[in-house]
Amino acid sequence: MSLLFFLYFACVIVVTSVLVVALRNPVYSALALLIMFFHVAGLYVTLHAEFLAAVQIIVYAGAILVLYLFVVMLLNVKRDERYHVQAPAAAFLGLVLFTEIVLLAFQRTYQTGAAGPPEVESAGNTETIGEVLYSTYLFPFEIASLILLVAMIGAIILAKKTLAEPRQP
Amino acid sequence: MTEVGIKLVFSLTQIAVVLGIVLLTVMILTLAERKVLGWMQDRMGPMEVGPYGVLQPIADGLKLFFKEDIVPAGANKFLFSLAPILALVPALIGFAVIPFGPNKTIELFGYQFQPFVISDINIGILYILAFTSIGAYGIILGGWASNSKYSLLGGLRSAAQVISYELNVGLAIVGVLLLAGSLSLVKITEAQAGGFWHWYVFAFPFPQIFAFVVYVISSVAETNRLPFDLPEAESELVAGFFTEYSGMRFAFFFLAEYANMILVSCIAAALFLGGWNAPYPGTLLPESLAWVEGVMWFTVKVYFFLFLFFWLRATLPRLRYDQLMRFGWKVMLPIALGNILVTSIAAYLFPR
Repeated sequence: MSLLFFLYFACVIVVTSVLVVALRNPVYSALALLIMFFHVAGLYVTLHAEFLAAVQIIVYAGAILVLYLFVVMLLNVKRDERYHVQAPAAAFLGLVLFTEIVLLAFQRTYQTGAAGPPEVESAGNTETIGEVLYSTYLFPFEIASLILLVAMIGAIILAKKTLAEPRQP
Repeated sequence: MTEVGIKLVFSLTQIAVVLGIVLLTVMILTLAERKVLGWMQDRMGPMEVGPYGVLQPIADGLKLFFKEDIVPAGANKFLFSLAPILALVPALIGFAVIPFGPNKTIELFGYQFQPFVISDINIGILYILAFTSIGAYGIILGGWASNSKYSLLGGLRSAAQVISYELNVGLAIVGVLLLAGSLSLVKITEAQAGGFWHWYVFAFPFPQIFAFVVYVISSVAETNRLPFDLPEAESELVAGFFTEYSGMRFAFFFLAEYANMILVSCIAAALFLGGWNAPYPGTLLPESLAWVEGVMWFTVKVYFFLFLFFWLRATLPRLRYDQLMRFGWKVMLPIALGNILVTSIAAYLFPR
């Protein structure tokens, strides 16, 4: 049963991901991306990571993609201007990735069965994430927040030009 | 197989009943809003259809149902049809985790059921937040697909507004989550049992009164109601994102707005005002009828918030767009963040 769900989610994710780059209309691309986010969240649910699923939808679908749509509509992108000649670079990258897939497929070290830690079931998903985040992974967590802080300050400096002006002679 | 079958039948019945009640409440609200506005402005409100105008919602529904369905020239037909559905479904789907009455299980054909909540999942409140954020897509896409300047402006305004105020809603809730130690609405409500001084608006160690005010204001803004109805400001944008809509598609947007109002009222009642818990300890009715009292209190609280929506609409003028943004980011956000800080310190000093 869970394999059936996985196959469904995986297929839709692959198809919609291809559609995101293949569709000509940027609004349709955004919608395909929305469907993909939902199915990724569905995958998380099948792995009993409900918290991650909800956050996935809130952050990616609820905030980031809305902003993306916002920009697409405001800029009113012309269809032909969006496409540049990228075929050589794309072919090179595709070749590298394809080789990687082939190599991995031939190594044959699949891990079957449950991948998640067993204590997730007992303690509740949200509590477990919180505990792990503030104990085992405290340092990466703090680094991530520092990076976000730097990005925020950078955005404020860029947006508020009057802050930067007095320094110039 | 029979177990799955019985559970499925029970769940479907529950969903049908909840949907029916929500849609019935929407019908009542359309009339109640016009009546309340009328009384506040010293008028009678609708009086023509039925005694005291009580059949007005049915007449409105029939009118919308039989209206011609117009798709404007140059509109994107697919997205134009999709947008109302995208607006309505997230508004209705959130009711799945709302506890309408006491958390008790009944036994039916040998299986356990919770009659007053469709699904008590452990991320309840996050689930609602996730789906309300999807509601914005209906509005943006509806505005864009209509191929009209007014609609597009309304849609873009709405996008900015919903994102800004959703953040405040999420942050205002965090204080309550810290005190309750759970994301499940059932558990949060249960933690507030035993008198109104246990409700999180007033609760020890730190009353969530600031969070409550931030939540109420932000939820008014998030549902695009006056005084924050910039996306559909009729004096500037005709009707905003649904200018070009008619008939049943317009009705879908309309239903979505009112269903969202009911949803945010339910969340406010469950998180801050103790949900189904009475303002006094215990219940007045005997144990077997206690659920009647619980459901009644929940209804009273929800209708209090719905009345608040009408009251605000009758009282306050519309904000200007830059005022709205400045208020959201520079006033509400710092209050919500400060509340989280103080609440976490209080929760740390006085652990339960």
